[in-house]
Amino acid sequence: MLNISMKSGLAGILRNRLDSSIRILGLTAGIIIGMAAPMLQQNSIAADWRQFRGNDVNSIATGTPLPTELSGESIAWKTELPGRGLSGPIIVGSRLFLTASSGYTQDRLHVLCFDTASGKQLWERQFNATGRTNCHEKMCNATPTMTSDGERVYAFYSSNDLICLDMDGQLQWFRGLGSEFPNASNSLGMSSSPIVVGTTVVVQVESDAEAFACGVDTVSGETKWQIDRPRAANWTSPGMLPAANGKPALALLQSSKGLAAVDPDTGTIVWNFEKGASTIPSSTVVDGQIIIPSSGLTTLKPGEDGISFQEVWNSGNLSPSTPSPVVANGMTFTLNSAGALTAGSVQSGERLWQLRLKGPFCGTPVVSAGHLFVFNEGGQAFVVKPEQDKGIIVSELDLSETILCSPAAADGALYVRSDGHLWKFAKP
Amino acid sequence: MLWKSVVAAAVTSVLLSTVTFADEVADAIKTIQSVQPASKGTADARRAVSALARGGAKNLIPVLQGFRSASPLAANWLRNAFDNLASAEAAAGRKLPEQPLTSFVRDTQESPVARRLAYEWLLKQNPELKTQLIPGMLLDPSAEFRRDAVAMLLEQAAAAPEATSLPLYQKALSGAVHKDQVDTIAAAIRKAGSEINIQNHFGFLADWKVIGPFDNKEEKGFDVAYPPETELREDAEYDGQLGKVSWKPVNTEDDYGILDIAKKIQNYKGSVMYASTTWTSDKDRQLELRLGTPNAWKLWVNGKMVFGREEYHRGTEMDQYKIPVQLKAGSNTILLKICQNEQTQDWAQSYHFQIRVCDATGAAVSNAPKTAQTEPAAKGTN
Repeated sequence: MLNISMKSGLAGILRNRLDSSIRILGLTAGIIIGMAAPMLQQNSIAADWRQFRGNDVNSIATGTPLPTELSGESIAWKTELPGRGLSGPIIVGSRLFLTASSGYTQDRLHVLCFDTASGKQLWERQFNATGRTNCHEKMCNATPTMTSDGERVYAFYSSNDLICLDMDGQLQWFRGLGSEFPNASNSLGMSSSPIVVGTTVVVQVESDAEAFACGVDTVSGETKWQIDRPRAANWTSPGMLPAANGKPALALLQSSKGLAAVDPDTGTIVWNFEKGASTIPSSTVVDGQIIIPSSGLTTLKPGEDGISFQEVWNSGNLSPSTPSPVVANGMTFTLNSAGALTAGSVQSGERLWQLRLKGPFCGTPVVSAGHLFVFNEGGQAFVVKPEQDKGIIVSELDLSETILCSPAAADGALYVRSDGHLWKFAKP
Repeated sequence: MLWKSVVAAAVTSVLLSTVTFADEVADAIKTIQSVQPASKGTADARRAVSALARGGAKNLIPVLQGFRSASPLAANWLRNAFDNLASAEAAAGRKLPEQPLTSFVRDTQESPVARRLAYEWLLKQNPELKTQLIPGMLLDPSAEFRRDAVAMLLEQAAAAPEATSLPLYQKALSGAVHKDQVDTIAAAIRKAGSEINIQNHFGFLADWKVIGPFDNKEEKGFDVAYPPETELREDAEYDGQLGKVSWKPVNTEDDYGILDIAKKIQNYKGSVMYASTTWTSDKDRQLELRLGTPNAWKLWVNGKMVFGREEYHRGTEMDQYKIPVQLKAGSNTILLKICQNEQTQDWAQSYHFQIRVCDATGAAVSNAPKTAQTEPAAKGTN
């Protein structure tokens, strides 16, 4: 128990000395660990699924392949959830994080942490929405998926509340973007999932009445930059063009006007594709090629100079509905509103084949070891093996609950949630 | 004499440390209450939450009391502080102090959010508290507690013989502030042959004067200040979009106060209409205007614009917008500008609005007669 003078005097000196010691120790440890850090970080990230559509925002699971035979036996665990959600899980190490929302007006915000091995809930933190919570009945406040930099997790909601917690649920910062910008909302609900690029949380908040994107410092929660965006309803999520050829990673911001490549540190628009794009499914980047839901699908090849791009092909008959396009085995895949999976050539955009699945679909498939894993809105899972001339349904499983999220995959396991439950699928 | 000195020193020490402890807790809570938008004060708030955590369970009540002077943003920091403290107690296998927390839950002068937070934690260790506390919360300042109390009555009413269920439904209505519950109650009351005035129950404004159309082709009229925005004269006549326009009385009998311009007047495509009414208050007070409309709109209270929103046909629902307003004693003028665009889709033809006056729980506040002293309707009957 400190008295006041202790707090401001001795405690301050002790704190400074302690901080200095920690800094010296940290510096030494940093030098020792520094050489091995890239390897450690790469390994740990590879086994994670840190944001919407995965670490590289392209829906591709790396590491141990997922089990292709989904059945009751492949359900490793199933646990109850305290609220609704279209948000998907994210996984950092042995922890799974998920949002939910509850209450008559969906104004109660939940952040949940589970142990991936057992499904046991490790902690839950709740907050109250500070922005508008109105949504179409199919949506709810917990529609955007969380993101993480490996040290903290960032939860975002339709009410534009952006919450940063450490891995143990301690609040680090709270941005009420809904109350800071009260007109930046959509009466049907907002769905854009932020992503972390470097030390920036990239957030799109775009509606008919007000629209902006911002970069928020991962540690302080302060706004690093904010740019005006086309004033129109937009449910897409930021994408990421990974660092290449010595050029830093770029954030990709899609809207009805097209796709802007943005420096995540400054918000500077590096280049701009202006031929329009969808406002629901989002762009994806695989092997340096950007696939945009634009006039069907359009692909871009970024220039090696880091400031230009070249249009490669456009295909009007590869249009996606709500799920975003994915790439596997040299093919692009889209799901249309009728529930058909359409395969196209990544090289040319030529439509190759269609496979009738039972739709409709809301979530984007996960790609693992050349297979597609996708859940329809009725809770039916399909594992599809795409070949060059046809798609083969390898297994199906009916969970009989509404599933609207994009699943997550990490360390050989698949995770999906409904409004009431969270499942883990793994090899029995 | 020595023992007296020792005792005195000990007492002084305890008193001093108590004061110091109280000061530290108060400082930490004040720091959290000072947190501002745009992440201002975040680092200090983080340290304050940690300091409160070190104090353990004795900080539970002070943290809850801190909600009273906290902004919604700061309240979320306090909520995290409380969750951290309560989680630590649970992890250590200790029960939360039930008596003081229950007293806090019962204290309607405290923050509704904090009381609900305490209640939900208590419920985890003693589910019986629900039946002890909720029945007395029908007219609570917390909409969540009211909802639970109404739900409990609805369960009783559904299980009761038809002949005895009506009073239960009527009692439930007195506290109901959510549409789904009122819909259930209204259906039961009407089925029993009794009457219910949903409009009055929610405080919808039904009697309006409307003027228009003014031009909104290409959605350009939203930013044009047509004459009603600068003067409100009942006998005024202006040049409108299709000729001379003047104020016309119009009212709605819709249960939920929807004034349908497309049906009652005309679905003028690319137009602006203005609707005006008055609401009489018995005193200066802060209330909420709750608006639902699929059209773009601006709203003025006593000549001051309180909010505007340029969004067309993205859905509508009751209480779509909750706008805090400061009302004065006497007559208050409410002016709505509502805009229709030129979209041609079937789902883009709606041209309507609904507005009600209520308190923060969503309970109607009666439109006080000019000479009468009135109390909020939701405190008693409807």
